[in-house]
Amino acid sequence: MATATVTNHESASQDHEHRDNFVTKYLFTQDHKMIGKQYLITGMFWALIGGFLSILFRLQLGFPEMDLSFLRPLLGGWITESGSLDPTFYLALVTMHGTIMVFFVLTAGLSGTFSNYLIPLQIGARDMASGFMNMLSYWFFFVSGVIMFISLFIKTGPAAGGWVVYPPLSALEQAIPGSGLGMTLWLVAMTFFIASSLLGGINYITTVINLRTKGMSFSRLPLTIWAFFLTAVIGLLSFPVLFAAALLLVFDRSFGTSFYLSDIYIGGEALPNTGGSPVLYQHLFWFLGHPEVYIVLLPALGITSEVIATNSRKPIFGYKAMIISMLGITILSFIVWAHHMFVSGMNPFLGSIFMFLTLIIAVPSAVKVFNYLTTLWRGNLIFTPAMLFSIGLVSFFISGGLTGIFLGNSAIDIQLHDTYFVVAHFHLVMGSASFFGLMAGVYHWFPKMFGRMMDAKLGYIHFWLTFTGVYLVFFPMHYIGIAGFPRRYYSWTNFEFANMYTDLNMFVSVAAIITFTAQFIFIFNFFYSMYRGKKATLNPWRSNTLEWTTPLYPGHGNWPGEIPTVYRWPYDYSKPGAEDDFIPQTVPLSATPESNLPHEQELVKLELEIMKEDEEVLIANETKH
Amino acid sequence: MYGFLIGVGVLLLLSIIWMVYRIQTLVTVVKGSDKKIASGSNKVNAILFIVFMLGAGALMFWYSIKEYDNYQLPIGSEHGLVTDRLFWVTMAVTGSVFLITHVLLFIFPYKYRYSEKRKASFYPDDNKLEIIWTIVPGIALAGLVFSGWMAWSDITAPAPENAHVVEIMGYQFAWEIRYPGTDKVLGDYDYRLITASNSHGIDFTDKNSIDDFPSPVVVIPKGEPVLFKIRARDVLHSVFAPHMRLKMDAVPGMPTRFWFVPIKTTAEMRVELNNPEFNYEIACTEVCGKGHFGMRKIIEVIEPAAYQKWISEQRSFIQMDPALAEGLPSETKELAEIQLTEN
Repeated sequence: MATATVTNHESASQDHEHRDNFVTKYLFTQDHKMIGKQYLITGMFWALIGGFLSILFRLQLGFPEMDLSFLRPLLGGWITESGSLDPTFYLALVTMHGTIMVFFVLTAGLSGTFSNYLIPLQIGARDMASGFMNMLSYWFFFVSGVIMFISLFIKTGPAAGGWVVYPPLSALEQAIPGSGLGMTLWLVAMTFFIASSLLGGINYITTVINLRTKGMSFSRLPLTIWAFFLTAVIGLLSFPVLFAAALLLVFDRSFGTSFYLSDIYIGGEALPNTGGSPVLYQHLFWFLGHPEVYIVLLPALGITSEVIATNSRKPIFGYKAMIISMLGITILSFIVWAHHMFVSGMNPFLGSIFMFLTLIIAVPSAVKVFNYLTTLWRGNLIFTPAMLFSIGLVSFFISGGLTGIFLGNSAIDIQLHDTYFVVAHFHLVMGSASFFGLMAGVYHWFPKMFGRMMDAKLGYIHFWLTFTGVYLVFFPMHYIGIAGFPRRYYSWTNFEFANMYTDLNMFVSVAAIITFTAQFIFIFNFFYSMYRGKKATLNPWRSNTLEWTTPLYPGHGNWPGEIPTVYRWPYDYSKPGAEDDFIPQTVPLSATPESNLPHEQELVKLELEIMKEDEEVLIANETKH
Repeated sequence: MYGFLIGVGVLLLLSIIWMVYRIQTLVTVVKGSDKKIASGSNKVNAILFIVFMLGAGALMFWYSIKEYDNYQLPIGSEHGLVTDRLFWVTMAVTGSVFLITHVLLFIFPYKYRYSEKRKASFYPDDNKLEIIWTIVPGIALAGLVFSGWMAWSDITAPAPENAHVVEIMGYQFAWEIRYPGTDKVLGDYDYRLITASNSHGIDFTDKNSIDDFPSPVVVIPKGEPVLFKIRARDVLHSVFAPHMRLKMDAVPGMPTRFWFVPIKTTAEMRVELNNPEFNYEIACTEVCGKGHFGMRKIIEVIEPAAYQKWISEQRSFIQMDPALAEGLPSETKELAEIQLTEN
């Protein structure tokens, strides 16, 4: 067995020493590192588009009187004669902002980038289990993006029924123009996206289970890998349900079925559909939709765990508790979906059940927060930009998580459902927290990705502007939500209960524009550092994980020689007795007798035996050649 | 001209920023601080966390107190008192967790910022602590859930039999109201019967529908249970009466309901708020298309006696449009004609 592994590794490294041309290196590459970068760049592109759309509708909400004629070259007919935004297009903007941010940026851009980039590097593998499937996964995502992008420019506008695309609104072209071709393109794009997610997810799971290097047991995996692994499991189980929901919607839209449609009189005629249920769609959608929240969030939490431990120079507190919490979140994420539907007309008894289940999921989340705090406690904190973003993430996770306790309580949710309180809640806990996880990841692994350092000072400025900016945008929305302002409203002036807070909305819009602009500091830093940044050292953050044992510019196959063996968990920071404040995973326990804990000392003997065996195998191989 | 000047200004600003950036990069290289594990910025960032905590905390408290009367909507229903109390209890619990965790989160960076002289403590786990902070939030949440569940069960329990029924139908982009009339039973409806003159699709062959009447405003009595029967004609809508703490989706093909007891008349509320313009309102909270933001309906809460009087003064669909009674089977037609002659 051992023989086979070693020879495989050798031949693998030789296989990969071929020259790539431009197309196989940058476009149709099967190298997980390049695919990760492709996801990252595409994700950044979509983040800019998604952010820009939000600025457009924030202009409407903050400055309803403003003359938007200057946008006519870009938006054409969607700016009315009087220079204001078309109310239908406003809905299209919110819809596309949600779709793009949730799926393209925070699912593909975050999980796609870092699962691809880090899984093989951190578990000690040459590449993903199937490089070809991995490549396919990116290009399905790319096609999905192209279709979604095209839908932004068609005459009837893109899908406009909210990112949840509830039928009948999304099924009937008569109800809103966006439900015509725009919705068709949305469905096609999402189909490609689901295929892409599944191809990626299967790969991540297979790779983590099968391709871990020698010694890399599940109990020695960095928390990042645990997070990516569980994320992929969630995706694999929930995305097919979204596909089912979308497929039935396609049938209803195009083939006259009545899965979701019933008793509808619209545009002066009674439709023939009877017996369908719009609530069925909501169940199916949220069966993906809620796990999706954790698909977005878990990778960010995994990255944060790694970054906080490294920069606190301290082991992550409660490694096992962290894994158990993530497992708990993974399982519970599948049985809380109907808390999005307390007032949808479903049976109130179901509401009670889902309220209990929902509030249980708050417990593992709370455990994670306490563990982060304890990791910081008595650490020796270095504030790299990645560390700042991780601390920011913990802050958002607390702020947004706590408001979830209100919304998960069905009695309180009656008032808050579909108000700005919900908008504030999920933008903090899922949107901004995950976005900060993405940022932390980029700042932390940039030296590995491009062999150069990003500028730290610009990183600090970027962090402080974004951190305060995000709070200034989303914190005021709590007040607006408690006051009852409904979501997806073009304007609130029609209602007496909601005709105030024009000043607060203006404030939010200004904060949003500043925060969005601040992201260009990052864009500049990213691309400038890619070519002109300071050359990175091999292990700039003095971290323990395996990726820092690769060369500065790792080739396809990652390690030029043998894949390193792992002898310990990844969090041996500031171990008492050790000279340095970190001991990489590749350092054998037998090499550090001064810092070994009693139970580790017992493992030394076993370890020495295994090492001896390996050596014999190696020599045997040498003589064979 | 202005555009040109602004352009030059922006260009100048950008080039200054660029130069400052290059100079500071060179300075760090010369000083050799880029070789250090943690540069002077470490302390600056640590202090900024404290500054942020104090600044943002002060702003939050100031605004929350100053604006309380604005964001706390007056309560118009019995169950609203319960859910609002739950809201503020939850706010107290989560608010204290919010403050404690954030104080720790922002103080730790300052207190434990990097020092070469110090080594972080190796503290990988503590099962006792993990168990404590699993169980304590568990208990707190159980308490919140249980009180929420009790309230939810009461609110969603079947309406009392004497509840006054009002039908609210949502369509793009308005609400229509139907009252059951003197027999207190709403007549059948079928969406296929909808015409320009019968926008509800009322089935007038059903005897119960003869005395049904429409109303431009939702009029309901104070202190008595009211049952909203909610339906939609085209796409999803959602009835949201913010002062009543009431929300329920209107679903085509699946009637929904919500019952409540109003506790203050519109007139009483006007006096209390010192706002003669005050009205209870209904808005739509499920995105339904272009006019989603304009689906307003007014609820008028009046004294029960006035309510009975108001009911007796209303004219039924058939009285308003006798043509609706045409082509009815003889038995129901008689009833309809009796109604017509009564007027």
